[in-house]
Amino acid sequence: MENLERIIAECPFFAGLDPVFLNLVVGCASNVRFDAGSYIFKEGAPADTFYLLREGKVALEIVAPPRKPLIVSTLDQGEILGWSWLLPPYVWKFHAHAVQNIRAIALDGKCLRTKCDANHDLGYEVLKRFVQIIEQRLDATRLQLLDVYAVA
Amino acid sequence: MMTGMTMAGQELSQPMTPAPYLVREVAKETPDTFTLLLQPENGGAASSSVNPADHKLFEPGQFSMVWVFGVGELPISISGDPAKQDRLVYTVRSVGKATHALVSQNVGAGIGVRGPFGTGWPVDEARGQDLVIVAGGIGLAPLRPVIYHVLSHRQEYDRLVLLYGARSPRDLLYRKELATWARQRDTQVLITVDYGGLSWRHHVGVVTTLFKYARLRPTRSVAMLCGPEIMMRFVARDLEAHGLARNQIYLSMERNMKCAVGFCGHCQYGPHFICKDGPVFRYDQIAPLMDKYEL
Repeated sequence: MENLERIIAECPFFAGLDPVFLNLVVGCASNVRFDAGSYIFKEGAPADTFYLLREGKVALEIVAPPRKPLIVSTLDQGEILGWSWLLPPYVWKFHAHAVQNIRAIALDGKCLRTKCDANHDLGYEVLKRFVQIIEQRLDATRLQLLDVYAVA
Repeated sequence: MMTGMTMAGQELSQPMTPAPYLVREVAKETPDTFTLLLQPENGGAASSSVNPADHKLFEPGQFSMVWVFGVGELPISISGDPAKQDRLVYTVRSVGKATHALVSQNVGAGIGVRGPFGTGWPVDEARGQDLVIVAGGIGLAPLRPVIYHVLSHRQEYDRLVLLYGARSPRDLLYRKELATWARQRDTQVLITVDYGGLSWRHHVGVVTTLFKYARLRPTRSVAMLCGPEIMMRFVARDLEAHGLARNQIYLSMERNMKCAVGFCGHCQYGPHFICKDGPVFRYDQIAPLMDKYEL
């Protein structure tokens, strides 16, 4: 647990978090591994976890028949995977595919949601951090939508 | 024949007269982009039609005006190795009548070349520093001479960071060279595409998302950007956010160049002519112009 606490405290996502809150977060955390080629989660499945990636690359895939599945984003070491656990209906919107062997910290979303509901200061801190990530990814998605490399 | 004109303090020779070249190779890079290798028709060393006395054929970042006889003339950045004095290399995307005619030339066909023209990348000022090269799509072509130069003068530069974005894996230029460059010492090559198939193993996302994986040292870096203008605007903004000053960032701009010597005004960009004041500009020179509509 001590080791988990150190890893989570060193993660930029949780930088500056009050030690009391950090302790609450650590209580929902566990170490996980995924083999290259496996799926961490699949679209439509219950979203009850998110991950701090410690090692390896994850591809977010979207299935868009009749086209072949597409990778729409990749995430690497140090990044956060998954926010569907935050909002109802708590269902994944993409497949998350381990491109390489993955080491990660899994955070139990239901556990953290319950703690955030009970302690709104913790909830605010967690939401602030997720909103920043959502904003960065929205920015990147907007740029992607511009299709800047297309012939003018 | 135009004589007696000067540019950058140098006497211009015959800037409006194309020199005869022959197509020696045409290589397909992507479904719509080709690299052409040209050599002088007379078989000697290639030379600058602007300043024949100059021992350098071109500076990385400069462009030529390339004549397809009977079709038209095109401004095209030089994408070859500046150390190879017997050839000019151009990477061309076929998007219109003239570019299509150019990439459709057979080996042995005659082509006219004027130039080189314009400003180059600041490879001398960048000595001793890290080079951060950010390219989008075909924007890697005008930057390739810088990469060749740095790799052949490796001891003169610190780290080389290349961030390259394209629309999809099939739109990437110079795939074999990208792999070779990635194996060089003190060199970091990160590649991303806007969308990829399931076999793609590099990054997916816009080129700005690569900054979080790049080992940047903002106080000792010079950044060189080339790609769609909107991409360069966002990249420059993010580089500033990472601590680079505007005078550490250089961009290659593109407009409708015609005469290439600053007379016709086709490529006017605010107070600048892209053909002679650019195409390479320092970001602080043009940042206020970059969000102006219809400039």
